[in-house]
Amino acid sequence: MKLKGWKNVNPGAVCTEAGSALQFKTGSWRAYRPKWIEENCIQCLFCWAYCPDMAVNVKDGKMTGFNYDYCKGCGICALECPGKKGNKAIVMEEEGK
Amino acid sequence: MATPLTLKELSKKEILLTSGHRMCSGCGAPIIVKMVLLASDYPIVAANATGCLEVSTCISDYTAWKIPWIHNAFENAAATLSGVETMYRSLKKQGKIDKEIKFIAFGGDGGTYDIGLQSLSGAMERGHDMLYVCYDNGAYMNTGIQRSSATPYGADTTTCPAGSVIHGKPQPRKNLTKIMAAHDIPYVAQASPSNWSDLVKKVKKALEIKGPKFMNILSPCNRGWRSRTDDAIMLSRLAVETCYWPLYEIENGVTKVTFKPKEKKPLVDFLKPQGRFKHLFAPENENMLKNFQEMVDKEWGVLLKASGTE
Repeated sequence: MKLKGWKNVNPGAVCTEAGSALQFKTGSWRAYRPKWIEENCIQCLFCWAYCPDMAVNVKDGKMTGFNYDYCKGCGICALECPGKKGNKAIVMEEEGK
Repeated sequence: MATPLTLKELSKKEILLTSGHRMCSGCGAPIIVKMVLLASDYPIVAANATGCLEVSTCISDYTAWKIPWIHNAFENAAATLSGVETMYRSLKKQGKIDKEIKFIAFGGDGGTYDIGLQSLSGAMERGHDMLYVCYDNGAYMNTGIQRSSATPYGADTTTCPAGSVIHGKPQPRKNLTKIMAAHDIPYVAQASPSNWSDLVKKVKKALEIKGPKFMNILSPCNRGWRSRTDDAIMLSRLAVETCYWPLYEIENGVTKVTFKPKEKKPLVDFLKPQGRFKHLFAPENENMLKNFQEMVDKEWGVLLKASGTE
């Protein structure tokens, strides 16, 4: 994605395309990667509710994994995950290991 | 409209703030905006005061918003939106529009407590049908953590640094929620992202009420609070449980505490994980901790008295 110069921006800096920030992949910011362990997941959807980057995929009311294109690796999902019987369904792993 | 309020039901709705915004990792503000937008069953038009949220969600030509959204300046989000709302009422009268649209203004604590206070007060006084949401992270985080009137007592910021002369901000926080309640507007509430269902219910309630509404929502900022990136929700929960950030609403002058912690935690539980309060734990600043706890206790007592649940 290349940022436009000021001469190419619409007058009044009007954005005509809704949600065009999707073209900017923030996943490269991540130092830690959340890993989803499906068998420990109770589908509480706290990860979805508390994700600041809308990077938790949910389909038909069920968590299906992460969108690593945008996940910044903050770790809120892993901290808030209640898990099953004390076993977390989301753990953070160092990126590149 | 009467779907039960569960995350499962909410997750079937489209989130109108997209990924790809440039808020910091672990920021509280997009969580709040997401919840506010999900709470609405109506189309929304939003205005934004200058601040982290505005700057990071609309960089150059790329917007993260999927709703009509307008940014004007730091001080006039409420004034701008009152103009938009007035135009909507006029168009409706002329029969050019028949949709039911709701108007929400977002502002940080800098744009709400300090710079935007006059325009916000004006918009509330004129009685525009709008909801103003303040996400309060307790300083000018966007420009590098300068103190604002929302900065809590004793907090270390770059313009009230903790050192040998002063020990963080010497003054207590301004109580904006009460100031807004003093405008005698139909609905004022305080919420926290940790209690998502409380937050969503309050937004839903506010949008059904005609007239000016104000909500103050705590927004953890790991850069400014000097905490970890993963503890935004944990800290906002501690803020609620220690009664530093009580959850309540004032509807037509009637105060109601919407969440009363079973056991009120000591304030240090909330302060300890944050680097901005680190100096308060030095032995010579023990009295500051005591003062701070007293302030919180006093405010909580006043609130309980007002709500009649003492």
